[in-house]
Amino acid sequence: MDTLYGLFIAPFADFGFMQRALVGSLMLSLGACPIGVFLMLRRMSLSGDAMAHAILPGAAAGFLFYGLEILPMTIGGLIAGVIVALGAGAVSRFTIQREDASMAAFYLISLAIGVLMVSIRGSSVDLMHVLFGTVLALNDEALTLIGGIVVVTLVSLAIFWRALVAECLDPLFLRSVSRLGSPVHFIFLGLVVLNLVGGFQALGTLLSVGLMMLPAAAARFWTARVEPMCVLAVLIGFASCVAGLLLSYHASLPSGPAIILSAGVVYFASILFGTRGILRARIIHHRHRTA
Amino acid sequence: MTNTCLTFRDLTLGYGSHPAIHHLDGTIRKGSLTAVVGANGSGKSTLMKGIVGVLKPMAGEVIRAPGVRAAYLPQQSELDRSFPARVVDLVSLGLWPRRGLLGRYTREDRDDVSKALMAVGLGGFEKRPIDTLSGGQLQRTLFARVLLQDADLILLDEPFNAVDAKTVGDLIALIKHWHGEERTIMVVVHDLDLVRQNFPETLLLARQPIAWGETRETLKPENLLRARRFHEAWEENAPWCEPGEDAHGHGHDHDHHDHHHGVGPRAA
Repeated sequence: MDTLYGLFIAPFADFGFMQRALVGSLMLSLGACPIGVFLMLRRMSLSGDAMAHAILPGAAAGFLFYGLEILPMTIGGLIAGVIVALGAGAVSRFTIQREDASMAAFYLISLAIGVLMVSIRGSSVDLMHVLFGTVLALNDEALTLIGGIVVVTLVSLAIFWRALVAECLDPLFLRSVSRLGSPVHFIFLGLVVLNLVGGFQALGTLLSVGLMMLPAAAARFWTARVEPMCVLAVLIGFASCVAGLLLSYHASLPSGPAIILSAGVVYFASILFGTRGILRARIIHHRHRTA
Repeated sequence: MTNTCLTFRDLTLGYGSHPAIHHLDGTIRKGSLTAVVGANGSGKSTLMKGIVGVLKPMAGEVIRAPGVRAAYLPQQSELDRSFPARVVDLVSLGLWPRRGLLGRYTREDRDDVSKALMAVGLGGFEKRPIDTLSGGQLQRTLFARVLLQDADLILLDEPFNAVDAKTVGDLIALIKHWHGEERTIMVVVHDLDLVRQNFPETLLLARQPIAWGETRETLKPENLLRARRFHEAWEENAPWCEPGEDAHGHGHDHDHHDHHHGVGPRAA
């Protein structure tokens, strides 16, 4: 019993920074994982990745002017993310170029600007901090920010749920009954940026997209409906955060990658053992019904 | 005119600078059942998109009678079949006009969904994931959604593609049922025999209306021949259509067979 307590509870009970890390990362999962499910269902999984890179110059600009402060970096990241999302969207809408190409162009330019800006001011340690985050150093400000983002995300999802599902399932139908199609798309992109920005303090710009996409991708193997998929993604996110933090504590590993790798383990397990995974589909289907 | 559902006024619809529907004038009567026929590229789907408002007119306008709600079944649905949804989720989208974004679905709504599925012969399919449906079953599911929309104006774009003979019969019966309920229906169809048997009125399109009116008259061999001569391709250097000179060649050279009387549809 004591060993179990020592393994699973004590790290969180004894250390304030572990509690903060836990609260922050759990809140992040609550908002980011359902967003990830919709990104995946809209075949925009890699757009999330691109957006995560695109946030960097904004965060870097905040860092350049105000040092390692959460609020300027967040607002900067938000602005950069919105510019890239709208810019790439506009290019694909008004020219012959598709959104994947314009998104790639925009985020690569954005990333280069970001790295340039960080290198002007700081050392590579700072760059590492921006890129990979420090979940173990979340302050009150950061926790409040993440909490606010989660609330905004969940409320928006609840309000626009039906439109978002319709926009994914049958966009032309939605256009024929309502004008919400385009607004919903942009609101959704806004939520993506918001959650990535929320994640970068804890996990960094590169890994925050991991907490968004991996639980969603894993949940896809277990259910054929959106609502349970979102719930399951959140639960997988929770489990990954707890497991990742414990791993990082006991094995002295960096916490961000540990969380993402835990989610990666769940993902691979889901590929194999999910109700819609490989084993069930390939091996265990000797029996079938007559109709 | 109180019994007009749709009025086309000098309607031009198209893509880029090229018209797919060119200076269409005319009306669709309330409660009418019209087949829209024509060769590939003759503007049938474009007209549907123009009516439902998905495509904005290049010139002219479509006027809907006040209060008329449209339901639209597109030819190329943008439906994502890999989306994790069940039949009931897809059909329930048809409740949108009734419940909108935030309205709660009531027990009555759920009963209506079941009834709509029954009406298209898919009773008990509620829980099926949509990626397990056959093409014809999916088409019937979409019909159930149209049914649920409870619209006054129903636009169906090639609803019988890839549908077996029995299902075509079922769907025709449903369309006739709607017709009996005084709904206004326009259907894009390719099978002329089907049109002759089931549709009282027909619009024969070839970018402009070749003939428009009672089906038997419209589908006369000389009209069909004229429709067949229609040149599908765009011409990059086609002259610009200037206001004032668009009167010629848009129906005024029709022979007398095209003309008929009364307030109903007419050749432009």
